[in-house]
Amino acid sequence: MAKRIDVSDLDIYYGNFLAVEGVNVSIEPRSITALIGPSGCGKSTFLRSLNRMHEVIPGARVEGKVVMDGVDLYGSDVDPVDVRRQVGMVFQRPNPFPTMSIYDNVAAGMRLNSKKMRKSELDDLVERSLRGANLWNEVKDRLDRPGAGLSGGQQQRLCIARAIAVEPDVLLMDEPCSALDPISTLAIEDLMTELKERFTIVIVTHNMQQAARVSEQTGFFNLSGVGQPGRLIEFNPTEKIFSNPDQKATEDYISGRFG
Amino acid sequence: MTQTSTAPVASGSSAPPPRGRERAGRLARWVPWACFAGAAVLVGLLWPVLDLNIALVVLYTVVLGTLAVYALARAVEGPRRATDRLVTCLVVSAFGVAMVPLFSLVWEVVSRGIERLDVEFFSYSLVGIIGEGGGAYHAILGTLVITALTTLISVPIGLMTAIFLVEYATGRLKRAITFLVDVMTGIPSIVAGLFAYALFALFLGPGIRLGIIGAVALSVLMIPVVVRSAEEVLKLVPNELREASYALGVPKWRTIVKVVIPTAIAGLGTGVTLAIARVVGETAPLLITLGITNATNLDPFEGRMATLPVFAYYQLTQPGVPPEFATDRAWTAALVLIMLVMGLNVVARLISRFFAPKTGR
Repeated sequence: MAKRIDVSDLDIYYGNFLAVEGVNVSIEPRSITALIGPSGCGKSTFLRSLNRMHEVIPGARVEGKVVMDGVDLYGSDVDPVDVRRQVGMVFQRPNPFPTMSIYDNVAAGMRLNSKKMRKSELDDLVERSLRGANLWNEVKDRLDRPGAGLSGGQQQRLCIARAIAVEPDVLLMDEPCSALDPISTLAIEDLMTELKERFTIVIVTHNMQQAARVSEQTGFFNLSGVGQPGRLIEFNPTEKIFSNPDQKATEDYISGRFG
Repeated sequence: MTQTSTAPVASGSSAPPPRGRERAGRLARWVPWACFAGAAVLVGLLWPVLDLNIALVVLYTVVLGTLAVYALARAVEGPRRATDRLVTCLVVSAFGVAMVPLFSLVWEVVSRGIERLDVEFFSYSLVGIIGEGGGAYHAILGTLVITALTTLISVPIGLMTAIFLVEYATGRLKRAITFLVDVMTGIPSIVAGLFAYALFALFLGPGIRLGIIGAVALSVLMIPVVVRSAEEVLKLVPNELREASYALGVPKWRTIVKVVIPTAIAGLGTGVTLAIARVVGETAPLLITLGITNATNLDPFEGRMATLPVFAYYQLTQPGVPPEFATDRAWTAALVLIMLVMGLNVVARLISRFFAPKTGR
């Protein structure tokens, strides 16, 4: 559980367009790493390259190395499907499967991969995952109701439960709170602090207070102009980034002086 | 017709004058109807004088009534509301014109076909029938067999093509297939019939008539319809669901089978049902490929088969002497066919209602 990720010289392309250039970073296990930066600077693209979701988009490709536990995720003998089993992901908009009940949504990772499990084991797993996502008490009486009937914040926690049910090593979160109200956001932030005991968490966020509240490390992405590739400008402990950043650009962005 | 119930507020002297001249008055709700009633009475009085027929009477009434409503509204309510009323009258008239053929057709078929809509029609074939009696048992079953066979051929091919187009194909190949499917949609049904007949005649010799040939011909017509409708429905499945599934470590094919298709199942079912309704009434290709027979034949791989549209065609064109019994059977066959298509449409609606993803709200 909870593995370390080392990224070296990562270039990310959409077709011939270089979207993110030369990322070198080490993501520590059992911690939360936040990625901040203006829109279009490649944070989400970088995040999606960590579990090979980037290449789902036609024409998208990656050059460089992403090493997790000594294994290059982009090695020629690595199956992207296996990578995604180890590196889970939560998306910006809650996206529970509309055809499935709450129970089935959580069990989806197991069911869809047709892992044979006894009913009691599956029940345990669903309860454990929902408890892990702080959702159990709210839904335990209506597990057979459709997942789409929950509120936005509950749906997002359902998606987190679904992601942790497959027991990944790393959890990627792409602006998980941007569609939620402050109370649901707080619930998810609390949840993240609990989850970091078990997982390596990488979160993309536009909310700098959120990055400051929850993360240990923060990376600042920026791009020098339209059509230019995004770069990782600075990667430091969160406290340092928010009090005394190395780079002028980071300070400008955090203090709101940036365009 | 369309009027809001809010009374106009008496505008104070300080308010700027509205664009166009609005008048304070409003026509009462019954006034437009009264205009049309008046127009009807007027035209009715002129009927004996002008030597009119019923269609002209309706036409004159509508035109006169519309003009009266417009003139009245313009005088009382001002030009803006008068235009609104004029357009309302035009739109409703257009709707009425569009409904005329539908009602006339249904009325004609029902009134002529109801006479022979009896148990005998559904339980006897035409074996040994000269003149009165007999039924379309063989043709109804033939239509069901051929349609089932067509569905069996078309739905797998059509669905898989649609899945390939939406989930896998890219670039030139995708454009080529889409283009060919579009071309296929436009193939005249008689050409499809000739194609299937020629194909089988190559192997089985000329003059061959088999149920399976008809099913192949209908499949040529049905496949593009299935592809198009399934493609549209699959495109509607949000990409986020696919990504959510990939992010759980589910392979692509499993994502398609377990996430994409279940999400789209209502639309797929509706599309397939409507595609069936589209081909069930095809006549021309079946005329060439199946021929007609008076006996019941349920084996599509052996001999001629009767189907409802071809049955109706032959009963009408070669009625025998005296002709009225066969003509009655033709009308009833047409009625049964319409009921079949209507039933399929109802089924399509039910499918889309019951299989739609539930929100639980």
